[in-house]
Amino acid sequence: MTAMLEMRGVSKSFAGVQALRDVNFTVEPGQIHALVGENGAGKSTLMKVLSGVYPHGDYEGTIIFDGEEQRFRDINDSEALGIIIIHQELALIPLMSIAENIFLSHPPSRFGVIDRDAVYRRTRELLAQVGLREPPDALITDLGIGKQQLVEIAKALSKRVRLLILDEPTASLNEADSAALLDRLMAFRQQGIASILISHKLNEVARVADRITILRDGRTVDSIDCRTEQVEEDRIIRSMVDRDLAHRFPPRDARIGDPVLVVEDWSVYHPLHPERQMIKNVGFHVRRGEVVGIAGLMGAGRTEFATSLFGRAWGYNISGRVWLDGSEVDLSSVPAAIDAGLAYVTEDRKQLGLILADDVRKNITLASLSQVAPRWVVDDIRELKAASDYRNRMRIRCSDVYQETGQLSGGNQQKVVLSKWLMTDPKVLILDEPTRGIDVGAKYEIYCTINELAEAGRGVVVISSEMPELLGICDRICVMNDGAFVGEFAAGEATQEKIMRAIMRNKPVQGGVERNRMQMGGARP
Amino acid sequence: MMKKELGLCLLLAVISAITGAINPAFLSLVNLLNMANLIGLFGVFALGEGLVIITGGIDLSLGSMFALLGVVFIDLLTTYQVHWPFALLLVLLGGLVLGGIQGFLITRLKMQPFIVTLCGLLIYRGVARYYTSDSTRGFGYGDEASTLSNIASGNIAGIPNTFVFLIILALILGVLLHRSVYGRWLYAVGKNEEAARFSGIRTDIVIATAYIISGGLAGVSTVLFVFYTNSVSPSSFGNFYELYAIAAAVLGGCSLRGGEGSILGIVLGTALLQVLQNLVNILGIPNSLNFAVMGTVILLGVLADQQLQNRRRRKAALAGVARTAPRSTLSQGKQSASPRSAAALPTSTGDQA
Repeated sequence: MTAMLEMRGVSKSFAGVQALRDVNFTVEPGQIHALVGENGAGKSTLMKVLSGVYPHGDYEGTIIFDGEEQRFRDINDSEALGIIIIHQELALIPLMSIAENIFLSHPPSRFGVIDRDAVYRRTRELLAQVGLREPPDALITDLGIGKQQLVEIAKALSKRVRLLILDEPTASLNEADSAALLDRLMAFRQQGIASILISHKLNEVARVADRITILRDGRTVDSIDCRTEQVEEDRIIRSMVDRDLAHRFPPRDARIGDPVLVVEDWSVYHPLHPERQMIKNVGFHVRRGEVVGIAGLMGAGRTEFATSLFGRAWGYNISGRVWLDGSEVDLSSVPAAIDAGLAYVTEDRKQLGLILADDVRKNITLASLSQVAPRWVVDDIRELKAASDYRNRMRIRCSDVYQETGQLSGGNQQKVVLSKWLMTDPKVLILDEPTRGIDVGAKYEIYCTINELAEAGRGVVVISSEMPELLGICDRICVMNDGAFVGEFAAGEATQEKIMRAIMRNKPVQGGVERNRMQMGGARP
Repeated sequence: MMKKELGLCLLLAVISAITGAINPAFLSLVNLLNMANLIGLFGVFALGEGLVIITGGIDLSLGSMFALLGVVFIDLLTTYQVHWPFALLLVLLGGLVLGGIQGFLITRLKMQPFIVTLCGLLIYRGVARYYTSDSTRGFGYGDEASTLSNIASGNIAGIPNTFVFLIILALILGVLLHRSVYGRWLYAVGKNEEAARFSGIRTDIVIATAYIISGGLAGVSTVLFVFYTNSVSPSSFGNFYELYAIAAAVLGGCSLRGGEGSILGIVLGTALLQVLQNLVNILGIPNSLNFAVMGTVILLGVLADQQLQNRRRRKAALAGVARTAPRSTLSQGKQSASPRSAAALPTSTGDQA
């Protein structure tokens, strides 16, 4: 069969970082092609190249569709050929109806007036095609996530789709909705519509995919033809994580004491979808001088766990008990959490960590102004001294402490955030993706800081999506998936494969049966 | 930060000099004292408006608040013969309470400041008119509050007391805003409310306090205005005054996006507005052009300020780029540029694929 889509030698880099290296990727007509890989392996980047988000000239390599080379200038060019991408975060407008959303950009019209009858008639046809029983004038906001996903697909069908790209479509769906969606993909296959499915759920991938391609660090490392080869979970996982440890980590000599933070029966619901339990009655503890890692995929609930703990800064209907240093503490507000000795270094440095328009000094003292402001008036000299101390200690590279933090590099910004929280003298620090978006040198410095904090007898929790990082700096690694802890490893025994297997094993497999091997692969026609 | 205020001073001096050169009456003592009085009257509540604007909010209800508190105040003194210190206290308390209600609606019930204070504008005015049956309230021939009247509309060594009040209040609020912990919090909330919240600042209380202070200053202004006009006609008293305050704050360097502005700037902005009004009279420009002149100057002022700021920012950014090392990252770096990571926490705790 001739290929419908062929991507040849695609490379793409961002400011010196190679996101894709010489990737080859082929989709045949009516094929379901699964794309798997760790977070940051380059899956989304590859799809953005394909859909024209990164225009021709922004990347190297060629895209051949229908036997002709394509040079997409933007997403409209790829859509014109029937390549439709459905992003993980749905792009629907909540307060508009299904019909209005489907025909938002190209409503059928007569003499420039939208033809409502035609819109509704065609919406009904499309909804029937995707198997969604809802009236065309139902508002998006009244539909569940699963149905919204189907509306997105109906929208794609309205544009005469030939290649459908789904970026983790089932990440927020329950089992029944996931199964319905995957059935839909298989129905499309009969009609000659090809799909690219990005997913972390290997059992789903094995169920529907005709071919599985594995990306790692921007390269295609393996490609399995499911019609001729046996699909083995082990092989996929090994391909996903197997790599050299590119970073070096400072040596760690742990002296671990009594538990300093103990969490019991912690439960959190989603503030916008109050029926969704995001954190499922988990227990957790950190000991003095210990560095505990929380591993997991995106959306596993790690950030939700941390932010709900930190003074209920996120979440709804939060319950559970927390002890700090042996006594039960009230963490009902952020100031209370800070007073109790908890600090949270956010993953979203620019939005939540810093006030970018303010200088280094004001950012460092923001969470502990009372230390430099006796009788409520800020003592400039004391403040300057405190800020300069942290600047030297953390080696923040800035012209002076009056420089705007918005002008600093990512690594130096992160050091400012860390300084802010060190100044509150916390017993336990939770660091959420502490090295995201910062250069290798600054990473090493932050690892050293983490070591120092632990040596000083504090408890440190590190949330990270980079497994080598967790393996390199933690004394213990807890694995979180779907709002619950599903595995725990001591530093010595943890490997990337074990962690990944703990995550995958606990993805719900039809009926919740745990399986190590998937047998679905070769059997299908 | 000080550059802005310096620029305003310069502008004020240049305009005064030109006007004075054309018509020396502008610089006469009588005219200057008259202007000082008006600056005092309009400056007091502009300070409160400025605080609210720094939080990123707005208070549209001030003018109507003057009408409502004004008729109540006069009624307390004349009809009910309340002793003036109590009447004064009640009016100040009334302003604080109205500000508190608005602050509560905005922070606790998460309503938009524009809507809350717009409704305040309509409600207070309506209640004031109903309460008085739309009739003007004034003082009789008795001396119900001659002491207070002397304090509010008198002068010290020729300098109008209103101006003295403005200076005193500006000094107090200057310390509060620029020196105190509360001031830090206020700016932090205005610049990035979410980051402030994650740093342990009780953003609700900080914002509500700004509205309460604004209400309290509106109470002070009410008393000053009542003794300036000696009567209150509920349908017109204080009409559009909130817009003067907003204009003064914006002219003085406050950004409606929040997080910017200074007390000195607000005072200078008020002064500039009053000078412009006075200039229209003194130069014989048709009075009907009054608002047009004001609008044009504000527009040009804000435009110039924005241009200068852009240039400064570009320069700073270039300097910043030169200073910092190239960002080399593993895969995650690029994602900070994706629109989704900009989503704040409450809607999605942005774990991204």
